[in-house]
Amino acid sequence: MRKPLLIQGGHIIDPGQGIDKNGNLLITDGKIKGMGEIPAEPDYEAINAEGLVVCPGFIDLHCHLRQPGFEEKETIATGTRAAARGGFTTICCMPNTNPPLDSQAAVDYIKSTAAADGVISVLPVGCISKGRKGEELAEMGELAAAGVIGYSDDGNPVLNSQLMRRALEYSRTFNLPVIDHCDDTSLSKNGQMNEGILSTMLGLGGIPAAAEEIMVARNLALAQLTGGWLHIAHVSTAGSVELIRLGKEKGIRVTAEVTPHHLTLTEREVIGYNTNTKVNPPLRTQQDIQALVQGLKEKVIDAIATDHAPHAEIDKICEFEIAENGISGFETAFGSLMQLVHEGQLTLNTLIARLTSEPAGIIKQDRLGTLSNCAIADITIFDPAREWLVDTSAFASKGKNTPLAGKMLKGKIMATIHHGKIVYMDDTFKIKEKPGGAKYRKRREG
Amino acid sequence: MMRTTRQKDNHTLKKTPAPSTTSIWQHRDILDLDDFTPGEIELVFHTTDAMREVLSRPIKKVPTLRGKTIAIVFYEASTRTRVSFELAAKNLSADVVNLSATASSVTKGESLIDTLSTLQALGADIVVMRHQSSGAPYIVTKHLAASIINAGDGWHAHPTQALLDLYTISKHKKGLNGLKIVIIGDIMHSRVARSNIWGLSKMGAGVTLCCPPTLLPPGLTEPNGFFPQVNIEPHIDHALEGADVIMALRLQMERQQSGLLPTIREYIQLYQLNQVRLARAKPDAIVLHPGPVNEGVEITPEVAHGPQSLINEQVTNGVAVRMALMYLLAGGKEQ
Repeated sequence: MRKPLLIQGGHIIDPGQGIDKNGNLLITDGKIKGMGEIPAEPDYEAINAEGLVVCPGFIDLHCHLRQPGFEEKETIATGTRAAARGGFTTICCMPNTNPPLDSQAAVDYIKSTAAADGVISVLPVGCISKGRKGEELAEMGELAAAGVIGYSDDGNPVLNSQLMRRALEYSRTFNLPVIDHCDDTSLSKNGQMNEGILSTMLGLGGIPAAAEEIMVARNLALAQLTGGWLHIAHVSTAGSVELIRLGKEKGIRVTAEVTPHHLTLTEREVIGYNTNTKVNPPLRTQQDIQALVQGLKEKVIDAIATDHAPHAEIDKICEFEIAENGISGFETAFGSLMQLVHEGQLTLNTLIARLTSEPAGIIKQDRLGTLSNCAIADITIFDPAREWLVDTSAFASKGKNTPLAGKMLKGKIMATIHHGKIVYMDDTFKIKEKPGGAKYRKRREG
Repeated sequence: MMRTTRQKDNHTLKKTPAPSTTSIWQHRDILDLDDFTPGEIELVFHTTDAMREVLSRPIKKVPTLRGKTIAIVFYEASTRTRVSFELAAKNLSADVVNLSATASSVTKGESLIDTLSTLQALGADIVVMRHQSSGAPYIVTKHLAASIINAGDGWHAHPTQALLDLYTISKHKKGLNGLKIVIIGDIMHSRVARSNIWGLSKMGAGVTLCCPPTLLPPGLTEPNGFFPQVNIEPHIDHALEGADVIMALRLQMERQQSGLLPTIREYIQLYQLNQVRLARAKPDAIVLHPGPVNEGVEITPEVAHGPQSLINEQVTNGVAVRMALMYLLAGGKEQ
């Protein structure tokens, strides 16, 4: 039996409960067992969190773990460790594996591998269509019973409107979201980056905002028609934010997510043809970022999701045109998002809510994303002011593909606790065996 | 590294770039004209004058690049440009290695960087490369110490073509500043147009783009954008009014299949450069085309071979400009 763990003196932020105060947090048997003026007992382990923020563990609605099928890019073992380093305690993995997650057997494989090799919780997303082919519905009922948190053919948009309609209708029985990668591929075909003057100057095929917005609009119409639950993956344009806002105002059942890279990086990153900036949907403009941040503030966009998309070096050291899409995002997500807080665009409370309580609501887990009594002890501790250099050689992820390599970020995860167990701890951060003894050990400044 | 061991040949260039101007040359590679200053473009012109003089001799050869190896790597079919580079290198007495994508191991799935690293290991000092993907030479240059000359990458850039166009125009028009240049045709897919827009804008020329909106890439006339001197005129008769220079671009026949044009026939009706239309330009207007010409499509044979056409002179100047660029990249030292 593990010793009780006391997190001492941290700034506790739990947006789900409206808590924003200093105090101690006690964890026993993998559960939250109290908050406030809790004295240290001799048999406790303790963490000194003075000057740090203590909040619920982050929940990522959208990532790619690549296993089975693409283990050279990532595995559940490496992906979950990368996620833990990024402050995530629950991640939802997309079904574009090989074989794809369109059967109970495949979902069971993810769950058992995650239990054996993983260090945090992995919740699979099942396919919308058999083999992600966009033709016939996958067995959504069996997938629901196997424990998927939603359905998606991610990577492939659902182009057939009739199939999308049927998916939204059929899934109502299971009360799970249909997650679409909104992209009219007849418009984005051959596209490499956002369409505009930069795509012109770089001679790269453009992907217009309309390619996304047309599908967002279609999906909203179908969600209205069917009463199904639509979840829009990685919103990237101002027009999409506007459409989702209208949809919510009309009472359509829609939720949405946005990635850290779409919130913080623009198409200008592509100048110089760095293939690590190639991502789908593409990096957009400053105007889009403003609308996305505004949408996040107003809860038009419910959650922040990484779309962690690791790739092997060989997938990216090549011509821009043939490079794979995707950014390895777990380990830089929080540091890059903190830029929005430091610039005063988002409050720390809003940022944490969009990483914890809001996604917990979407996956319908009332004991996750909260620090309430008896909740699962998934906790993230971070230093909002600490600056650090993004060194991809130190990544736990196999995917070193990030445009942030070599950049400084301000805001660092110091410890991640999953079910009461410390699964990641910054090198400069130490656990105290005897909290009753000497005063808090001073953290080494990095 | 080859860049630091400049060879000190005795050679016989009569006109030489002024010493004060050689120091302004900052390029390790020639990737596009976006990073050229007007002074550097003038230096290329000046050096090209000297190379043209070499080309006018009975024996068109100087030992300037003796002992240097120039690799010419084409991932995309081309005859004229490849031959132009090859002649340029040979006229400067460089050793030339030719590699075409279909004939080499690139068809076996060898990566771009592997292929070019091998060429460097084999001793190439300058790599001339053409590639169908925009940005390919930019990716290569991060991994290679050899100088790269971009001989065309995707839709992105074709700096040597633009420099030869600029040179040809400036010889006939005594400079470039204030000219009205009309570029007609498939701007969207044209690396020649993009590099010319950069180069002409930097030299103070006004550029009018004339094409159907489906062949116009977005954003070129954005307010506060890159190119305040670029404007767009989709009607050819208006576009040609008062033009000093007309540049026609090759129209690929597959633009019809890909849905960008209703028919080639209608394109000819709306955008072909013919004698009647040419009369709207200034009487001394000159006509350029980067080749190869689709006679009867973007331009009539009468205009292509007419008195105002400089298409053949472009080809000759192309060799001289490429000699000048190789010379400048290799160090540009005169004895």
